[in-house]
Amino acid sequence: MEFTRRDFLKITGVSAAGAAVLGLGLDLRPIRSHAQTLKIRHAKETTSICCYCAVGCGLICSTGQAGAGKIINIEGDPDHPISQGALCAKGAALSQLVNNENRLTTPLYRAPNSAAWKEVSWDWAMGEIAKRIKRTRDAAFELKNDKGQAVNRTTAIASVGSAAMDNEECWIYQALLRALGLVYVEHQARLCHSSTVAALAESFGRGAMTNHWIDIRNADVILIMGSNAAENHPISFKWVTEAQKRGATLISVDPRFTRSSSKADIYAPLRVGTDIAFLGGMIKYILDNNLHFEEYVVNYTNASFIVAESFGFSEGLFTGYDDKKHSYDKSKWAFEMDDKGVPKKDPSFKHPRCVFNLLKEHYDRYTLRKVSDVTGTPEDKLAEVYKAYGATGKPDRSGTSMYAMGWTQHTVGVQYIRTMCMIQLLLGNMGIAGGGVNAMRGESNVQGSTDHALLFHILPGYLPAPPASTGTLSAYNEKFTPKSNDPRSANWWQNRPKYMVNLLKSLFGDKATTENDFGFGWLPRLDDGKSYSWLDLFDVMYQGKIKGFFAWGQNPACSGANSNKTRKAMARLDWMVNVNIFDNETGSFWKGPGMNPKDVKTEVFMLPAAVSVEKEGSVTNSGRWMQWRYEGTRPMGGSRSDGDIIIELGLRMKELYAKGGTFPEPIRNLKWDYLTDNRYDPHKVAKEINGCWLKDKTIGEVTYKAGSLVPGFALLQADGSTSSGNWIYAGSYTDKGNMAARRGLEDGPNGIGLYPDFAWCWPVNRRILYNRASCDPKGAPYNPKRWVVKWDADAKKWIGDVPDGPWPPLQNPDGSPNEAGRHPFIMTKEGFGQIFGPGLNDGPFPEHYEPLECPVEKNLFGKQRMNPAAPVYKAETDAYASCDPRFPFVATTFRLTEHWQTGLMTRPQPWLLEAQPQMFVELDEELAKMKGISNGERVKVSSARGSVECTAVVTQRLKALTVAGNKVHQVGMPWHFGWRWPENGKEESANLLTPSTGDANTRIPETKAFMVNVAKI
Amino acid sequence: MSGMAFFIDTTVCTACRGCQIACKQWNQLPATQTENWGSCQNPKDLSFDTYKLVRFQEGETASGTPVWHFFPDQCRHCVEPPCKEAAGDEAPGGIIIDELTGAVLYTDKLKKAKAKAVIDACPFNIPRAQEKTGYLAKCTMCVDRVHNGLLPACVKTCPTGAMNFGKREDMAALANKRLAEAKVKFPKAEVTGLDDLRVFYLLADKPSTYHKYAAVPATPRPMDRKMAMKKIGRSLKELSMEWRMANRLAG
Repeated sequence: MEFTRRDFLKITGVSAAGAAVLGLGLDLRPIRSHAQTLKIRHAKETTSICCYCAVGCGLICSTGQAGAGKIINIEGDPDHPISQGALCAKGAALSQLVNNENRLTTPLYRAPNSAAWKEVSWDWAMGEIAKRIKRTRDAAFELKNDKGQAVNRTTAIASVGSAAMDNEECWIYQALLRALGLVYVEHQARLCHSSTVAALAESFGRGAMTNHWIDIRNADVILIMGSNAAENHPISFKWVTEAQKRGATLISVDPRFTRSSSKADIYAPLRVGTDIAFLGGMIKYILDNNLHFEEYVVNYTNASFIVAESFGFSEGLFTGYDDKKHSYDKSKWAFEMDDKGVPKKDPSFKHPRCVFNLLKEHYDRYTLRKVSDVTGTPEDKLAEVYKAYGATGKPDRSGTSMYAMGWTQHTVGVQYIRTMCMIQLLLGNMGIAGGGVNAMRGESNVQGSTDHALLFHILPGYLPAPPASTGTLSAYNEKFTPKSNDPRSANWWQNRPKYMVNLLKSLFGDKATTENDFGFGWLPRLDDGKSYSWLDLFDVMYQGKIKGFFAWGQNPACSGANSNKTRKAMARLDWMVNVNIFDNETGSFWKGPGMNPKDVKTEVFMLPAAVSVEKEGSVTNSGRWMQWRYEGTRPMGGSRSDGDIIIELGLRMKELYAKGGTFPEPIRNLKWDYLTDNRYDPHKVAKEINGCWLKDKTIGEVTYKAGSLVPGFALLQADGSTSSGNWIYAGSYTDKGNMAARRGLEDGPNGIGLYPDFAWCWPVNRRILYNRASCDPKGAPYNPKRWVVKWDADAKKWIGDVPDGPWPPLQNPDGSPNEAGRHPFIMTKEGFGQIFGPGLNDGPFPEHYEPLECPVEKNLFGKQRMNPAAPVYKAETDAYASCDPRFPFVATTFRLTEHWQTGLMTRPQPWLLEAQPQMFVELDEELAKMKGISNGERVKVSSARGSVECTAVVTQRLKALTVAGNKVHQVGMPWHFGWRWPENGKEESANLLTPSTGDANTRIPETKAFMVNVAKI
Repeated sequence: MSGMAFFIDTTVCTACRGCQIACKQWNQLPATQTENWGSCQNPKDLSFDTYKLVRFQEGETASGTPVWHFFPDQCRHCVEPPCKEAAGDEAPGGIIIDELTGAVLYTDKLKKAKAKAVIDACPFNIPRAQEKTGYLAKCTMCVDRVHNGLLPACVKTCPTGAMNFGKREDMAALANKRLAEAKVKFPKAEVTGLDDLRVFYLLADKPSTYHKYAAVPATPRPMDRKMAMKKIGRSLKELSMEWRMANRLAG
């Protein structure tokens, strides 16, 4: 029996005296209860989206009439199709994030070597910050690099943050940073899912969750591996449960038996850091037992492509490895081309060097026995998982993968995800309902902040950040525009030059002209081949080379690997700007553990930010749904929205550079007209991101008027007659209105939970990516019961979801090829799902390598123990200890339902702190006995880099594993804690222990696998 | 036996603890000081400021696979509440039953009763006293919400369908339907409370694998003579007063 709010009202009627029942109650409660009755009946209601994880649950914020519009209640929005009124512990506590006495309400300043904060005015703080930016920037501005190439950048200022900002705020923030010439621009996305973007883009073309939350209900088998959805994306379990009630099988593979495992039909433990071995074994099992979906594999993947003879693999290394540079020459892994320049194919899979046979050969070593020896998973459990998941290779069966940081944060993070991508391609699980490789993103707008490129290596819309070798727009286009000679490959990235021009028009407006290359030269340049990622940023800061630093909506003192190094690095800055809701371990680092304020010269400006429900704007959830949030109340005290702060900072920089300065053009010419009534206007930015016509233009029979909004990216022009701040968001805010604010609850014609009229999703409101692969080459769905799209031959169009490309099916009804058809993976160069991925830094097939710190002397799969292309840092704080008797236990970090990320938005909240009050370590009973540790007592966990005091949670949910005949104990710790909250200062971050090494492709830190010791205190 | 009831399906509970916090939020109950005592379960127990608590209980199958049971604990809103009997003559109107919902509600008149007697009478160990004042508190079934057409806060927030609320007969039907489905995976599954409570739990295993007080012990607490007398000899005066009050409150 289900009640919506409105139905219930009808059933029970409204009783005016209802609250009086409680009114007979206790001490102060009568007054509170009375207020609640008023709240229900008279409060103003606004909708919003939860600011914690990226499920994107709907909220109703009730704002009282009294008390200057104070938020009096926040609960779930029953008319939201994903969450349907539900909220987890964090969402349910959200009102306490807003009404919280621990919040910052006035700007604070900490002078060099001072031991105290001083309250200052906004005007003074912003003025001083602007002066410091200019001073630092101009003193160290680099017009040319060592090679004499124009680079127009400053490496003396860095910025991190923020996935906690709205899309519109992210966009203007990156615009300002790039106008200032920053290249050290990073944020949460580097740490959480940078490996996802690289892996999914290499495999399918786009770097985002392929399906969406509601679609999980369509799965027949759900593999939760590398994640713990029940705890970290709690409302996703609404749809997991729905699938299970329909008969789906839930598999949980995790070193720890978690709340997700507790609901699983099959649970398999494994050793931390061995997922490629586990999944490589699954590939072998699928191929050995012929469980793959052959027609799909032949038609839609590159399994039939012939690989050049120069490709090879032996003893853990692919061909082309340079021992000195620790990198590969990827040209050795190219495809063989025919005389037209199209990859040679053998759809019969007889050619020994076709991808399918190379795949077979590569994973032939991944036998049950060997995989079990490496992973510690019992062989029968491996077989049980493989069999259950392998059964989804049938056309009408679907399997989905739900993963998160358990896969991403490794030296082989990209390859972990790649392995699953390959499995999904083999089983035909891509593009279908209930399928996909579903990266569960962890911050309400981390998808959006990634799309808007608060990352060093990209510009908005996944345009590569220009390297120094691309001095002109034409050189850039030449380098980054892929060319395919296959007439049936859409090769969508051939449009990249258009998107770049549109971005430049959005950044510089009228000042971007054909004559000046649209201002392309004003963008800062990276040195070719050099990484400016998170780990590099803090390494360089540790060397004292970064002077100014923004920590904007992020808490690096707790979130980065090897946090001791991060904290020490911050002491070498001249100044720091810390923008946040609460005082945090970053802003107050100078008085943190091990710091003497007198010795720390860094000036710190701490600016109080507004909470999500105190401002308006959009956020993009994990399933790419862009959802609009309204302002429920005004920012508390003197706090301000990020948008207001960014806009003012930009205005002040423009004012300073109007008077002169080094390389002032990008700052002077930055388009910055986003104010309405002297306040930041998110609608204006949202329209800029969408794009508009800058001149009247007639295309076909339609004339688009200057100033009107572009309806979609297909109409973006290369000649400067349109602008679009982020091409993938073109279509999100059109002349039809703000699409992200839509609330339509009608499902699509296929009834698979797409809800196409609710909010908007990129690209072009397509809810399931690569959806044409759900049909056979004639356009008929492989699974007619849960179809996503199908070809309507009479209407000559696809119906259902927005098709991934409008072209007709690859074959005519009689089976003859239709030359107008296009392969379904339109974002890859050749149009195929890539089982063989030649573009990654560490090999075209994933190979098991041990983490940098591991308990085994040898990699059982080959001579190479760790990823040969992964970076290793060498500052004195970068200590490592592998197979070291001082640190005998495998450790990992994890998250909890009750806290979020570094805990900064949950630890200062009494209700959430009550539920999870202290840092702890989970350890198995045998290990506890061996160490004489009893449940609940405080212990010390230490690694080569630091130590943390924890409460011991001795549990049956962890068990020692047998790895190659040896017993291996594993422990796990949440990373939500830090010394600032709770205020006793005793709970610290697990990242004091984690190593600063990272993935070979994206340098995401390896915070999920390292070695520790546990000892009684 | 009309009125309302909860159906709590523990087989789909993920212990996200949305219910536990939503209860605090709606009722504006303060957080209590806690420490990690070697469990995710916190606060450790119900209290005057905690009406709803998800209890965590670990175990193992015969083959050594871990099991982790979650038990969203709260007042069962007994159809004939022993606490009401125990409060008895000392505190008339101290515990009332809301006519519309059947919710068992504690009022300030309860302070005249002996807190210990009320607490001891509860077979589920639910009521808690405020240390200083001796006032008693527990789940109210969110009658303020229910009377205003809203679901109880804990039910509203539940993502998986573990927390359900509605007419008692509908909840009983749902419980039986879910029991039949759950038996396939959990042969020992059972539903508790259908006869005499307004909270029905679907449990995958023996109640003791969830919580000491998950269900009424096999041997019921002996009813003392005084209570038995009261049960039989409820005065007409008392009944009529209760009826009047409930009627007024229900509007």
